[in-house]
Amino acid sequence: MAETADKLIIGGREFTSRLMVGTGKYASFEQTARALEISGAEIITVAVRRVNLDRSKESLLDYIDPKKYTLLPNTAGCYTADDAVRTCRLAREAGMSDFVKLEVLGDEKTLFPDNEELLKAAKILVADGFTVLPYCSDDVIVCKKLEDIGCAAVMPLGAPIGSGLGIRNPYNIRIILENVSVPVIVDAGVGSASDAAIAMELGCAGVLMNTAIAGAQDPIAMAEAMKLAVIAGRLSFKAGRIPRKLYANASSPLDGLIG
Amino acid sequence: MRILLNGEPAETADGATVETLLQQLGISRERVAVELNADIVPKAGYEKELLSDGDKIEIVHFVGGG
Repeated sequence: MAETADKLIIGGREFTSRLMVGTGKYASFEQTARALEISGAEIITVAVRRVNLDRSKESLLDYIDPKKYTLLPNTAGCYTADDAVRTCRLAREAGMSDFVKLEVLGDEKTLFPDNEELLKAAKILVADGFTVLPYCSDDVIVCKKLEDIGCAAVMPLGAPIGSGLGIRNPYNIRIILENVSVPVIVDAGVGSASDAAIAMELGCAGVLMNTAIAGAQDPIAMAEAMKLAVIAGRLSFKAGRIPRKLYANASSPLDGLIG
Repeated sequence: MRILLNGEPAETADGATVETLLQQLGISRERVAVELNADIVPKAGYEKELLSDGDKIEIVHFVGGG
């Protein structure tokens, strides 16, 4: 399969990598930059926060070139549609791009999305010209509503943010894949490379992760593992796996056996 | 005059604009977004936007996040 023939298109932009990586929780900015480089990610998430007025503090963008990556600002920490919309507008002004990862959280313990507020914010942002990539529940009804609103993708969670529990409900992800036409990107829950491969083998358009890489004992090695897992999972999906069978089916011919 | 800068009381000169405030703080205008009393100030308006006593100003930028 030619790499060029399998581009990911979101909001009219073409991407080669299907791995999206967050920039939080690394030990240092140097480590962040190195992990991003090794991961091959083209889309990276960032958060929007108050500037630290202590000038001695360095900034993330001193280490990563915003021209090299598509920055996807998130609305992490927002619990209402109003706060999320306000954060997106600030992000657009700071980054001069209309791509946003919209998350509206419902609860601090689970960090599960508040679907009602999410839909409300998505409507406002789409009408305001944003390219909206919403972090959402693995719920086909919510995903269809987000698609109808005009979101550029849907990003159902595989498991709670930062949990590393993997793709807890692959059947829900499959149902979403069968019922929406925009790219489906698993966002949150991935813990290891096999989790990323499973998401891609289900047919997802991409995977977004942060903690799985940043929190690994060797984040740089894990960044490479995730890059390869996403590529392998995608190839495996495109290749078409064999059906699962309960009993054996010999690989060697039965004809010509000695004796 | 006294302003509320990122939630903290701060002093700035009379006649200050968003642009002069950023210069005073040593912040590059390219990588930030500024809200004045909850309204975004477009970058093109930084020189024109005069600050008043009691203004609430938010200056944000991108940090690491998922």
